[in-house]
Amino acid sequence: MASDDLWILGIHMTKFGKHPDMDLVDLASEAVLGALSDGGVEMKDMGVIGAGNLMAANAGIGQQLQKQLGQTGIPVYNVANACATGATALRVACMAVKAGETDMGLAFGVEKLSGAGLLSGGNRKSDSGTWEPSGRYGAVAPVDGRIGTEIMPGVFAQIGMEYGHRYGGTSFELFAKISEKNHSHSTLNPLAAYSKKMTLDEIMGDVMIAYPNTRPMCSANCDGAAAAVVVSGSKLKTLSLEQQRRAVKISASILTTDPWEESCQILPDVNTLTRNAATQAYEQAGIGPSDLDLVELHDCFATAELVHYDNLMLCDVGGAVDFFNSGATWRDGSMPVNVSGGLESKGHPIAATGIANVWEVATHLRGEAGDRQIAGARVGMTHVIGLGSACGVHILEKAA
Amino acid sequence: MAKQIPLVDYLELGDDPHLTANECTACGARFFDRRNACASCGKTEFNRVAVSTKGEVRAFTIVAFAAPGIPVPYVAALVDCGGTSVRANLINVEPDPEHVTLGMSVSLATEVVGTDDHGTEAIGFGFEPLGG
Repeated sequence: MASDDLWILGIHMTKFGKHPDMDLVDLASEAVLGALSDGGVEMKDMGVIGAGNLMAANAGIGQQLQKQLGQTGIPVYNVANACATGATALRVACMAVKAGETDMGLAFGVEKLSGAGLLSGGNRKSDSGTWEPSGRYGAVAPVDGRIGTEIMPGVFAQIGMEYGHRYGGTSFELFAKISEKNHSHSTLNPLAAYSKKMTLDEIMGDVMIAYPNTRPMCSANCDGAAAAVVVSGSKLKTLSLEQQRRAVKISASILTTDPWEESCQILPDVNTLTRNAATQAYEQAGIGPSDLDLVELHDCFATAELVHYDNLMLCDVGGAVDFFNSGATWRDGSMPVNVSGGLESKGHPIAATGIANVWEVATHLRGEAGDRQIAGARVGMTHVIGLGSACGVHILEKAA
Repeated sequence: MAKQIPLVDYLELGDDPHLTANECTACGARFFDRRNACASCGKTEFNRVAVSTKGEVRAFTIVAFAAPGIPVPYVAALVDCGGTSVRANLINVEPDPEHVTLGMSVSLATEVVGTDDHGTEAIGFGFEPLGG
């Protein structure tokens, strides 16, 4: 291993789901203690903390965690970057280690979202008694539902429909089939919030949220946390052979935002920044899409998964529908995608997601994924996107 | 006629209602909000330009579940108005996938959003199928 390589030394995720008896710090602590233990290290070995939480972003979750697990005086970076918050926290640890500021860093993401409902557009203020223009659009009244939609299921529905308009081949049934795949995958994941198989009829017949996304085609709000310990190659060489054997190489760690495109401020463009992140990640890792054994991508809605096949270059440009219909992305296909069950069934505790997907891939690369192990997995990719937008992509490789 | 005010300042009322955009004088990028600078090129000068009232539906969703007080179902869409993307509801059309289709031609229409305590009507906009 090269001295300036980055490695995951320890990693852990909590069960995703309802944790009414645990607060944010309890959940984060479980993940962090798990990651430290998994890596055979302690809090005093850490030189930096990247701490991710979105819904209570001003609460200093990193320091709250330190006050329970160990106040060692190291720098904490509390980060919030929408649904890319976890990946951003991991990037912080990666950057600090890469820069040589420390040889070991901790990243964690935690969220409590059970029963949260619509995260955007869930409330609309009532109209005032006097029309008075305000804000950047000079609006005299709330515009959600009057000028398009602010709810995420509707925004991402349009993103999938736009792909269909450009390339053809999409339908309500096609998007539902993507959800059917992920719910089927979840049955093998004991840490998933929902691990029930769903038939196509059940998915299409469920409550419609925003056509074509029914409820099981939407990411599941839930509680959860995940944490990872990042170590430099030079430090890893000094650790035990067992630690070296189980370490997972971070071959690429990328974060992008969306460059200006004609319509990106009208309907979020989740495509360009994802493609840019993937391009940079493949270049940094020195591999191509065909080298990947599994991918965990950001299926916040079934309509989103389709476009990311294309954005991550898992298929030809415009070929995502045929690619999915070929069966490639099922766990027994040529490019298994979201074998964890994805956000639609594993769940999406926002800030945890961008580290939990790294845990999933790392667990396969270590050959420790049990019943859902992708046999012989050596290289995997993780992807998250947070609207606004930020995209995090990591490529992970099994230790040689 | 009741006094009227547009729902947003980029809706121009009058005999020929239309949307207006802030167009960057340097690169031509268009924006509907108040600008500090151009997100495409960074320059700071803009002209106010009229946006075509005819367009094509590039994406849509039929929202069935929304905040209390928002009538559902309604159709939210991305409309391509001669190269300028516009976010709007589709109106005067049945909100179901049989009547709303990708690529359908639409044109701008206005409607009363509500009346405030002083009797002033707020006028919003949407797009309706072209030629009924």
